[in-house]
Amino acid sequence: MNAMTADAIADFELRHPAVFNPPFWRRFLPLLIAAGIVAYVFYCWWFFSIGTVLASGQWQRAELYARDWVSYAIRTTVRPTPTGPTVSYPRFSELGDNPNPGWVVKNGNDVTIVFGLDKSLDINDQRVIATRGSESLTVLLATDGAKPQGTLPDWATLKEDQVTVNFGFAGQADIIPQRVVVSRRFFGWANFVFDTASPFWGKSFGEVASLITNGERIKPEMSNAALAFDNIWFNSSWQHGDVWTKLLQTIVMAFMGTLMASLLSFPLAFIAARNITPNFFANQITKRFFDFLRSVDMLIWALFFTRAFGPGPLAGISAIFFTDTGTLGKVYSETLENIDDKQREGVKSVGASPANVQRYGVLPQVLPVFASQALYFWESNTRSATIIGAMGAGGIGLKLWEAMRTNTNWHNVAYMVVLILAVIFIFDGISNALRSRLAGKSHH
Amino acid sequence: MSRTAPAELSSDGIQIERHWQELAGRRRAYSWIIAIGLLVTITGSLWFANESNAGKFFDRLPHLFDFAGDLIPRDGWEVWRAMFDLPSPYFDGSLKYDYPEGRVYLFSGFYMPEYFYKMLETLNIAILATLVGFIFGFMICFAAAKNLVKNRLIRFVARRYMEILRAFPEIVIAGFFAAILSLGPIPAMFAVGIHTIGALGKLFFEVVENADMKADEGLRAVGANWIERVGFGIVPQVMPNFMSYALLRLEINVRASTIIGAVGGGGIGEELRLSIGRGHQAKTLAIILLLFVTIIAVDQFSAWLRRRLIGDQAFAFGG
Repeated sequence: MNAMTADAIADFELRHPAVFNPPFWRRFLPLLIAAGIVAYVFYCWWFFSIGTVLASGQWQRAELYARDWVSYAIRTTVRPTPTGPTVSYPRFSELGDNPNPGWVVKNGNDVTIVFGLDKSLDINDQRVIATRGSESLTVLLATDGAKPQGTLPDWATLKEDQVTVNFGFAGQADIIPQRVVVSRRFFGWANFVFDTASPFWGKSFGEVASLITNGERIKPEMSNAALAFDNIWFNSSWQHGDVWTKLLQTIVMAFMGTLMASLLSFPLAFIAARNITPNFFANQITKRFFDFLRSVDMLIWALFFTRAFGPGPLAGISAIFFTDTGTLGKVYSETLENIDDKQREGVKSVGASPANVQRYGVLPQVLPVFASQALYFWESNTRSATIIGAMGAGGIGLKLWEAMRTNTNWHNVAYMVVLILAVIFIFDGISNALRSRLAGKSHH
Repeated sequence: MSRTAPAELSSDGIQIERHWQELAGRRRAYSWIIAIGLLVTITGSLWFANESNAGKFFDRLPHLFDFAGDLIPRDGWEVWRAMFDLPSPYFDGSLKYDYPEGRVYLFSGFYMPEYFYKMLETLNIAILATLVGFIFGFMICFAAAKNLVKNRLIRFVARRYMEILRAFPEIVIAGFFAAILSLGPIPAMFAVGIHTIGALGKLFFEVVENADMKADEGLRAVGANWIERVGFGIVPQVMPNFMSYALLRLEINVRASTIIGAVGGGGIGEELRLSIGRGHQAKTLAIILLLFVTIIAVDQFSAWLRRRLIGDQAFAFGG
């Protein structure tokens, strides 16, 4: 390529002034937008006082709560007495009425709590020895308080007369002279299938299976299989029955709401489309009606119908039905206005009745698109149904919100989240598969 | 038209005829099965919904408009008084008619009505969440695009990551952050923002995959690295579509943040829930009106801007 002379460059510039000397706003527009965004972020920082809120947030709780999603803690209290320590458990412990876990080892007048391979706590009536890796700490149990010997390692703290030793994820122990409160943490969900009140509790899968297939009846009035199902369904800490019923309510809310909305907006869209119904007033009235339904938020509809029908899926169905009749109606009528007129003309030219013109000239073009849009809304409404449920429309959303407000049932939250995610992914898959079949391969 | 008697079919013809009848019959049978199945599902669903609802449909139907009837204000000015925080002649010491309570004074003597302030809060939640979603979605989407990243693993991770962000129930994110930061607009912003990252990221990478790769090829020919190729070859052509999707998302987020607000995220949603719960008719009506107008305004503004950005294509349905 030849190098350009200075003259050629100047000539070039002169011929294309718009490229080489763009007007000010065009040159600096991206910069101005960026500056505007930065200014807006600063404004919001001040408006919501984000800095203060983030700084005053209790971030150490985040770790604790996140841990509670996938693990559970068992508490035991060890009371040192001259005749040997007594080990007690809370009344509704995850370990049942008569716990004897392997991690509590009684050895004469000593009790050893095992927290892991090289983490343990050895308790007798004189002292407690905490071992973590190569370090160990001896705490003497004097009458006026726990007295740690030597320097405190960084995993132990002394507060007045109480020494707290921390074993990380495995748990911790609070030591005072009268008692040692141990919290031992395990990975997983405790008693997920059978709760401790169930006769099947603590049995292996094989034992349960053989009891169900050929065991003696545990309760004479029902078979073992029915009893097992009953125990699982009414598991007191996981409430499988309640959770699944509420989940079904949410699914029904989304399904019925979307279905009814698409059924109603289907005929209305024909009235709203100006090429199908050449009547200005009919078009405008239907279109403004759709706008009204859409712009009165789903929130307002949900609150309104919760007032009208009381909390439950009926309120949720109605809220989704009203909002989506508006949205689907708008989308459908726009689709109808964009159809190819040739087919309609063809059907009309052979003398078909007006109904048949729509049936054979319009419907084949729009039906796949309509169905595909309805499916898309079905899937996204499954998500919305969870949220409006929390406002009182019932379903899993409300249960989820209640479980979260207690701040202790994060494992139940995790269970429900897993169920919701599974439902959303399954519906997403079904809806995608159906939509790609409807649209044909050439659509994208 | 004179009709002649149908010709006798040949044996081949009879076979074809029979086969066609068979196919048509099967088709009809499938249609019936689907229709009956759908009918059973609908009936079952409605029955289930009615059974597990607190009030029964037919018992409550006559009372459907009781609440709407309750909303009728005492006189035509009451709604405006509630909306603009003006003192009401019906003031009786209760919160119901105590409109000036909650005025937000910007500077001495000049105040912003409470609900306008709350509406602004909700709008700011939505805008900031969209902004956060846009920025992070923008950063992730290129890693998920088939035409830019050849590594299957990176694409897989990026896509699944966005999918989880998208599907994770917003209310759980809000609840989790509310437990850490206490209730308020910031957990709501986290919830809406995190969902937006996933939702926008998905739309973005689909746009990127449909981008014209000629510009990218040219840049590669002159030895540009990956970031330069994306920055100068892809971004300029996808930016209008990105902006359009972000605006569409803004419309959705305004609605989402009012709903999240109603479950404890602050803003206008919470005010609405409280005022309906307490039976403050004029206030409820004022909030509904304000919300209605704001949503229409945001929708219209976004539609106008999108039309300017990418023309009528913006109104084709985006999945």
